[in-house]
Formats: sequence, structure tokens, C-alpha cells
Amino acid sequence: MSNVYVADQPEAAREGRPSGRLLEVEDLRVEFRTRDGVAKVINGVTYHVDAGETLAVLGESGSGKSVTAQTIMGILDTPPGFVTGGEVRFHGKDMLKMSGEERRRIRGEGIAMVFQDALSALNPVFTVGFQIAEQFRIRRGMSRRDAKKRAVEMLDQVKIPNAQQRLNEYPHQFSGGMRQRVMIAMSLALDPEVLIADEPTTALDVTVQAQIMDLLADLQRERHMGLILITHDLGVVADVADRIAVMYAGRIVEEGDVHELYAKPAHPYTLGLLESIPRIDEKGQQLRTIRGLPPSLLNIPSGCPFHPRCPMAQPICPEKVPPLLQLGPTRASACHFAEELVQRD
Amino acid sequence: MTDSILEARDLVKYYPVTRGVVFKKTVGHVQAVDGVSFDLRKGETLGIVGESGCGKSTLAKVLMHLEKPTSGGVTFNGQDIYKLGATGLRRLRRNIQLVMQDPYTSLNPRMTVGDLVGEPFEIHTEVAPKASRRQKVQELLEVVGLNPEHINRYPHQFSGGQRQRIGIARALALRPEIIVCDEPVSALDVSIQAQVMNLLEKLQDEFGLSYIFIAHDLSVVRHLADRVAVMYLGKIVEIGTEDEIYERPTHPYTQALLSAVPVPDPNSRRNKAIIRLTGDVPSPTNPPSGCRFRTRCWKAQDVCARDVPLLEVRSGSDHPSACHFAEKREIVVSHEAGELTELPTRTL
Repeated sequence: MSNVYVADQPEAAREGRPSGRLLEVEDLRVEFRTRDGVAKVINGVTYHVDAGETLAVLGESGSGKSVTAQTIMGILDTPPGFVTGGEVRFHGKDMLKMSGEERRRIRGEGIAMVFQDALSALNPVFTVGFQIAEQFRIRRGMSRRDAKKRAVEMLDQVKIPNAQQRLNEYPHQFSGGMRQRVMIAMSLALDPEVLIADEPTTALDVTVQAQIMDLLADLQRERHMGLILITHDLGVVADVADRIAVMYAGRIVEEGDVHELYAKPAHPYTLGLLESIPRIDEKGQQLRTIRGLPPSLLNIPSGCPFHPRCPMAQPICPEKVPPLLQLGPTRASACHFAEELVQRD
Repeated sequence: MTDSILEARDLVKYYPVTRGVVFKKTVGHVQAVDGVSFDLRKGETLGIVGESGCGKSTLAKVLMHLEKPTSGGVTFNGQDIYKLGATGLRRLRRNIQLVMQDPYTSLNPRMTVGDLVGEPFEIHTEVAPKASRRQKVQELLEVVGLNPEHINRYPHQFSGGQRQRIGIARALALRPEIIVCDEPVSALDVSIQAQVMNLLEKLQDEFGLSYIFIAHDLSVVRHLADRVAVMYLGKIVEIGTEDEIYERPTHPYTQALLSAVPVPDPNSRRNKAIIRLTGDVPSPTNPPSGCRFRTRCWKAQDVCARDVPLLEVRSGSDHPSACHFAEKREIVVSHEAGELTELPTRTL
């Protein structure tokens, strides 16, 4: 199938950009100081994304996947959230040490974000066109008219029909899927190098979800963006990701190439997740479950945070925190028994 | 059919759309449910799937007698439920119970678990004498896998999955024959979802329950349901056994819906060409003439705009399918491209 986009180069030519690690998060630590105590939300998260690559960050609610993204974007609510350690490097420069002004310059042009709930992320009292054009006026110094023209182009790119007309409509006049397209148009307006999509399709129906995921994948390929896809849906991840980082209780418990990770999980939590989902392509018998509940972040179990729920737990697990160790060129796992797990059949 | 416990016939539910504050004028109707018929057999799980706005939850409300239908009827064990008097209705309520989607808002935060699960006994005092109620509640908590000693705790002290278990215990209290589950696991995390689904299966075996299981997640429905009805814009477009719907779907909408579900296996990417539906679901206030799916269908012909396709067994379909051109198509195993696709078929 052809003739989908006029595949012209987006405005900033990619060749001019430095190669190598685009965005790196290293040993990031974030805590929330609440009335009930200190919740250690992120306890040493390390991951990176390169240009043109899709990294899926997989985890259940409370695993810290969204807070990591908020910290990268610099939109963490402080207080209660405090960064207590680590670095977030963009093109090798630590963003956590930058001034507000420097960070603002990266936001939108360097790193942009798509939020889960487009209705609450968009401003209800301004038209969609105004909200997209605003970026061109303020950041690019365009005139109102030119900015509006660019906004129409953006809506066209995310395949909103009648873009010219819909520019003057308000967010509530759009359907859920169309609203998410507007969000994507807005985040891509300044041609970012990294796009963080935080559960972009969770609120949408399956047929619409498929449309949006396709759109994201196409735009990413065209623009050679790094994409961080935050999700809890193992199906979506299998469809689009190159690499996966699995999070549990504020840590990365496993990281690896998508094919290897699905074929041979190297952490009991990943294995448990894969076994506990009902699948559309199989009529299964009873589902395997992960016993117990995710831990409270106010009181994370000692040693490996997964040990109270782990079927493989040994005496060492509550004693010692397993470090995230490299298993191969593209694999890392934070389990004391990762090797055994991978070798086991 | 002799073994069916609940029969719905031509259920229609329209909500009026009004304009004006003082002099209200009806300017149209939201056709939420429009001519739905099915049987629920004893001990089976009937899954109802569809996207948001297709009328699944309205259907649940009508079946529960929380809303009266605009026309059509439902019989429970041969009795028309909309013709029951006050006493009859009370008895009916004992037999059909509801588990709701959101375990955070469906439990009163000021009531303890004991009060919440025991409340049905206050209304239906004949089920359990006052003295034995506390014990009954504790038994129920045990059945759904909660600690009976937590009877005096409040909902906020429980996690989402545990709260959903409280909701299930409450639905079970009066030993109903049918439980209508409206998206019971969609608010839960993956690892918890499996626990609740296993619990629902266990309870069905133990108490011989019949479930009407409403969900938008096709994988979840496949796992639990014996038969499945697919809804689109207020109508059932296809109904059949789990195998018929998932392995041999004949309605284009079902085929598109199934092909859009991501499979948790990165190796399936290569042999996967997905039918992409274009556009959005039309408004239920003004649905398309004839077949309601025709505006998004790649098979649409003139006849589709003219005649409403009946839900019946056709030459191309071994189970009822509401499409003039129903035919089998391999969807789940090897995905095949649709002819009219706006978005490109992804080849990775």
C-alpha cells in the first residue's frame, strides 16, 4: 500500500543531528514525601532510547513508569515528588542540572509527550487550532496566519479529515480517537527527537487503538524519532516495540529485545505476567496467576521487591537486592536466578 | 428452548433527546438498544462484546429491570419480568444480580465490608435470620478469597482486586441464578485480572451460575464465555459459540474487531495484515439506514443501505450473522488484508 503520506523530510533534517545515545536515564531515584511517610516511587531506574527506536516501558499501576516519564519531562509535582539521585541525559547533558530556561527549550523540540487522557490534557476553552498554533507563534515566532497554516498541516499529518474546518472546533467536539490524534499533532508540532507516549491508547476502543498505534509507528519511522511507549498492555508491546523494560516497584526488573523477552523471560515477574493474560488466539484453561498484590511503595519488601510473590524465591531473595545484570548483548535481568530461568525449558 | 433461563425478545431502548428548558421538545432518540434477542441457558456464560457506545451497558440495565425497555420483553424462567408486581420483582432481584465495573465507586466508603456484603440480607430478610448474618457474610468473604477477619474494614483499606471481590461477594449473597457482570475486570491490573477471572469461573462451577459477561476486551471474553454476542450500534451483529465467533467469524465487523486485537507475541507481527476500519462509529441518534455498519464496511453495496440484514443463519455462515454478504474468513490465525483500508497495512 502506498500513497499514505507525501513522505517529505520533516523540517529539521535528521543528518544534522549528532548520533549516539539520544536519551539516557541513569540510576534515577524519586520519592514522594507524603503525610503517611516517604514513598520510594523510583529506586534506581536506568534505561535509554536511541533515534528511530521504540522502547516499551511495561508495568502495572504504581510501578513508577509514569513518574519516570514525568521526571524526564520535568513535570513532576514537587512537592510531594523529589528527585533524590540519578541523571537524565539528553544528548549527553544532564537535564536535572539544567536551568528552567534550558529545560524549557528541550521540551517540545527535544522531547515531547502524549498523555493518556486527551480530554483532560487539552484545554477545553481554546480551539484545537489555537492550541497547536500557539507553539509555532511562541517558539518559532510565526505570525498568527502562518502558525494557523502549520497547524492545518499538522492535523493533516495525523489524518484528521477536514483539517481546515476542524481547526476551529473545541476538544469536546472531537471523538476519543480524534482527540488523541490532536494530542499527537500537538506533541509533534516542534518536531521532537524523542516522543514519550504514556498509555496513549488505554482509553480507546480496540479498532481505534489499532489506528492510533499505526499512526504513531508511521510517524516515528518517518521522523526517525526515539519513542518511549509506556503501557501495561502486553499485546500492544508485542506489536510495536523494539526493546522492552519491565518495571516493578520502582525498579527495572528485566530489559531486553522484544523477541527474546517474550520467548524466554528472564525474570519470574515477566514470566508471571505473560502467563496470566488471556489470549485472543487461544482458548485457554485456567489462567496462571501471580499470587498476592503489588507492594505498597511506603513499605517495599527488603531485598528483591518481588520475593513475597515469587514462586522461585530462595533465602537469598529477601536478603539481597539483585542488581540488573547483563545476560547477553541485549538482555538484562534483576533476578538472582536469571540464568537458571533462561536455561530452563 | 427448554433449558434457557433468560430470554430476551426484540428489546428496544430509546432515550429521548430533548431541547428547551421549560417547554421540552423531543427532537430525536438515542437508539441505544434496538431489537436485541437472545437466550441465556442455565450454567452458561454469554459474553457480550462491542466498543463503547454500542449499547452493552444499556442492555445490562434493561435486563436487570433498572430501566424499562421502550418495547420488547424479557422472560426469566418463563415469566415476563416487566409485568411483575412489587413482590414478584423483589423475588426477581434475588435471582439476578449485578457486578459493576468500577470497584472504587460502586462501594459506599462509609460502610464496612460486613455491612456492604450483608446489606442484601436486610432487604431480603427471609434469606438469613438476623443472628446468622454475620457468619453468612464471613462465609461469603471466604468463598471469594478474602480474609473473613477483615469484616470490619472499610473499602479504602482494600486494593482494586480485593474490592472487586467484595462486589462479587455482595452479588452472591442471595444465591442468584444469574449474575450480570458489566466490565468486571477492566479496571484491574493484569496480574489481578487473572485472579478475578479464575474466581468467577470457580464460582460458576460451585453454584451453577449463569453469567452475562459484558466486556470490551475480546481476549477476556474468549477466555470466559461459552457463547458470544457481538454488538454494534445497538444491534447484535453476530452470535454464536466462542469457537464460531473467534475461529469462524462471518460478519465484517467481527472480523475487523478481532483483527485489531493485539496478540502478545512479537512473532505474530510478520504474518499479520490487519483490517483497518476507517472513521468512527456513527451517532446512535441518527444511525445509517439499512445495515448500521455499512458506512465503515468494505463490502457495502446498494442493498446494505436499503435492507436491514436480519440476524440469521445464512449460506456463508453456520451461525446467525446479520450481514447480507456473510462469509467465513480466516482472521485470527493468518490475518488477511481488507480491500478498503485507509491506513497502510503494516509490514514489519
